[in-house]
Amino acid sequence: MKALILVGGYGTRLRPLTLTVPKPLVEFCNKPILLHQVEALVKLGIKISLSHEKEPLGTAGPLALARELLTDNEEPFFVLNSDVICDFPFDDMLRFHQQQGREGTIVVTKVEEPSKYGVVVYEGDTGRIHRFVEKPQVFVSNKINAGMYIFSPAMLRRIQLRPTSIEKEIFPVMAEEGHLYAMELQGFWMDIGQPKDFLTGMCMYLQSVRQQAPERLRSGPGFLGNVLVDPTAVIGENCTIGPNVTIGAGVVLEDGVRVKRCTVLKGAHIRSHSWLESCIVGWSSSVGQWVRMENVTVLGEDVIVNDELYINGANVLPHKSIADSVPEPRIIM
Amino acid sequence: MLKAVILIGGPQKGTRFRPLSFEVPKPLFPVAGVPMLQHHIEACSKLPNMKEILLIGFYQPNEEINRFLSCAQQDFKISIRYLQEYAALGTGGGIYHFRDQILSGSPEAFFVMNADVCSEFPLPEMLDFQKEHGDAYSFVILGTTANRKQSLNYGCIVENEQTDEVLHYVEKPSTFVSDIINCGIYLFTPEIFQHIGTVFQKNQQDMLLYYDEGEEQSNGWHRAEVIRLEQDIFTALAGQGKLYVYKTDRFWSQIKSAGSAIYASRLYLNQYHTTHPERLATNREGGPKTRGNVYIHPTANIDPTAVLGPNVSIGTGVTIGAGVRVRESIILHGATLQDHSCVLNSIVGWGSTIGKWARVEGTPSDPNPNDPYAKIDSETLFRDGKLTPSITILGCNVNIPSEVIILNSIVLPHKDLNRSFKNQIIL
Repeated sequence: MKALILVGGYGTRLRPLTLTVPKPLVEFCNKPILLHQVEALVKLGIKISLSHEKEPLGTAGPLALARELLTDNEEPFFVLNSDVICDFPFDDMLRFHQQQGREGTIVVTKVEEPSKYGVVVYEGDTGRIHRFVEKPQVFVSNKINAGMYIFSPAMLRRIQLRPTSIEKEIFPVMAEEGHLYAMELQGFWMDIGQPKDFLTGMCMYLQSVRQQAPERLRSGPGFLGNVLVDPTAVIGENCTIGPNVTIGAGVVLEDGVRVKRCTVLKGAHIRSHSWLESCIVGWSSSVGQWVRMENVTVLGEDVIVNDELYINGANVLPHKSIADSVPEPRIIM
Repeated sequence: MLKAVILIGGPQKGTRFRPLSFEVPKPLFPVAGVPMLQHHIEACSKLPNMKEILLIGFYQPNEEINRFLSCAQQDFKISIRYLQEYAALGTGGGIYHFRDQILSGSPEAFFVMNADVCSEFPLPEMLDFQKEHGDAYSFVILGTTANRKQSLNYGCIVENEQTDEVLHYVEKPSTFVSDIINCGIYLFTPEIFQHIGTVFQKNQQDMLLYYDEGEEQSNGWHRAEVIRLEQDIFTALAGQGKLYVYKTDRFWSQIKSAGSAIYASRLYLNQYHTTHPERLATNREGGPKTRGNVYIHPTANIDPTAVLGPNVSIGTGVTIGAGVRVRESIILHGATLQDHSCVLNSIVGWGSTIGKWARVEGTPSDPNPNDPYAKIDSETLFRDGKLTPSITILGCNVNIPSEVIILNSIVLPHKDLNRSFKNQIIL
C-alpha cells in the first residue's frame, strides 16, 4: 500500500519558524512533523513515495502528478495533510474503506469552532457524505475534514494535472455520486499549521503520550504534568518545568527557570530566572536572564532576547536581537 | 545665628503622591534610604551657626512625625520643632503666622525650603552670595536652569545678569518668560516679615471690602492669612532691589509624584559617594550582587544570588529571595520578594509580598538625559482617556501572586491580586 503526504506549501502560517526550516521538518514534540506520520505509516508496512511539484498544484493536483506511482496495483492509497497530528488510525481507515467499498473515505473529527475548517455533513449510521462546505458562515455541522483520506485508485480519473482543490472541485462531485464516506476519528486531533494551534496540539499529544507511553515523559522534583525532555538537554537547579513542555536536543535551561506550555527547539538557551508561558523558542535562540515571555511568542531561529525584557505575543524573525520590551503583540522583523 | 524653616505641607497637599501618602506623610517618605526631610535637615545642620530647624505644616501631630523628630534631634544634635498651622496658610502665611518663633533668638537670617525638593543644598554658597549682593537685608532665591518648555511648570525668574537681582518673577506662566526657575529654597532676613505683613494687611482690607459681614468665609483661599510667597511676595518684590537669585547647576529636582521619588533617590544615592559612602552597598562575600548605586538597610535579609541595582533602595526588614532582580526601584520596609521575581521601575509598599517569578514593572518618567536642563515631568495620570505609563506603585500590604505581571499599574493598599494587570489603577 502507498501513502501520499502533501507537504507542498510555503508554510506561511508557521513563520517565522518556516523561514529557515521547511515545515514538514519542524520538530513537533521533538520529532519532525513529517516523521510522526511516516512512523505511523511504516507500522502498516506502507511504502512512502516522494512527489515533487514544480509548480503548486493545490490539494488535488499532486495526486495526478503521482498517478503512476499510486496505480501500480489495485490497492487503496492514503493521502495525508502533513500539518495534522492525532493518533493516526490508519488500520481503522483501511478497514472502514474496504467495508464500504466506495471510492473515497475522509476522516472527520469534532471541533469547537468548525467554521475555521471544511465542514462535512454526513449520515450518522452509514457515514455517507451529503455535503461538503468549506469554512461555513452559519453553523452547519461540527464535524470537519481532518485532512486524512483513503482512496481507491479509480478515483484518480477524476483529477487532471493542473492546480486543483480537492475540497472544492473533487469532493463535492464524489459526494453527489455517493462515492465519499466519512469515518469519525476518536481521540485528539489538531492542525498544527500555526503557532497557537501548534502549542494546543502539543498539549494534546503529550497527554496521549502520558496515556500510552508515560515512561517517555520526564517526572520528578521540578517537573509538573506532561513534560518531554530530550536526553541531551541540560536543566539547571530550582527550575520548574511544565505542564505541557517540550525541550529539544542540546537545550540549556539555567537555574530558576519556569517554563509552561512551551516548545523549546534544539540548541536554544534560556538564562536564569526567566519565565515563559505559551511560547515557541526557535533553534539556537538565546533568552536572557529575568525575561518574561508569554501569549504565543514565537522566536525564529537564532534570536537573542536581552536580559530583563517583557515579551508579550511577539513574532520574531530569525537572527534578530531584541533589546526592548514588547508589551503588546506584534511582529518583529 | 541662623535658623531654617522647612515647609512640609499637609494631608490635602501632595495628592500626586498617593497611594504612598496614605501610609506616611510625604515628607517622611524614604528617598535613598532616609526620610525625604532628613536630607534637608542634614544639610542645615552642617552650617556652624544653625541653631534651630522649624518644620511648618498642617499635619496633625502623629506618631511618625514625633518619632522622626526625636530621632533627628538625637542624630543631628540640633533643636527641631514642628509648628502646626491651624489651616493651610500657604508658603508665606505659615512663616508669617509663626514669625515670632522664627525670630526668637534674633537670627540674622533664616532659610526657608520646601520639603518636596531634592537638592544638593548649596546653603553655605547662598550665605556667601547674600553677603556679596544687595544690602544686609536682601533676600536670596535659589535658582536653576530648566529647558524652555518645562520652565512653564515652575516659578520663572528674570535676572539682571550683572547684579543677579531678580527683575521679574512669574509663577507658572503660560508663555515663556525665563529659563531660570525657582528651586523652592530661599534665604531670608527678618525684614521679609514686613513685606508679608503688608500683603496680609491688604488682604484683610480686601476681605472687608468685598465680603458682607454675614457671609461665610470658610473657603480657605479667601482667608486673609493665606499668603503664597511665590505669587504674592516675590512678584511684588521683583525689581525693587531686594530680591536676588543665586543660580546653581548642581542637582535639583521636585518630588511631586512617586516616579520622581525614584529619580530623586538616584540623585541622592549618587551624592552618597562623597557624603555617605557607608550607605552604598558593595559587592561582598555572602551578599547580593550590586550594580551601580544601591542602598540596603542593615536589617534587610537578601539572598546572595539576588542582583540589585542600579538605583535601588531596600528598606528595613525586607526579605529578598534567591535569584531576584531589582532595578530602579524602592522597596519599602517589611516587603518580601520571593524567588526569581523581577522588580523594575517600581515602588513596593510596606509589608507587601511579591510571589515567585512575578514581574512588577513600571515605566520610568525620567528627564531626557541628552538635555542637561531637562527636569522630571509631572505627567498627568491620564492622557487621552488612558492611564499614562508610569512607575508601578504597590501600596502597603499588597500581595502579588506568583508568576503574574503587574505593568504600569497602581495598586491601592491591602489588596490581594489574583491575576496579571497592565496599565490599571486597582482599587
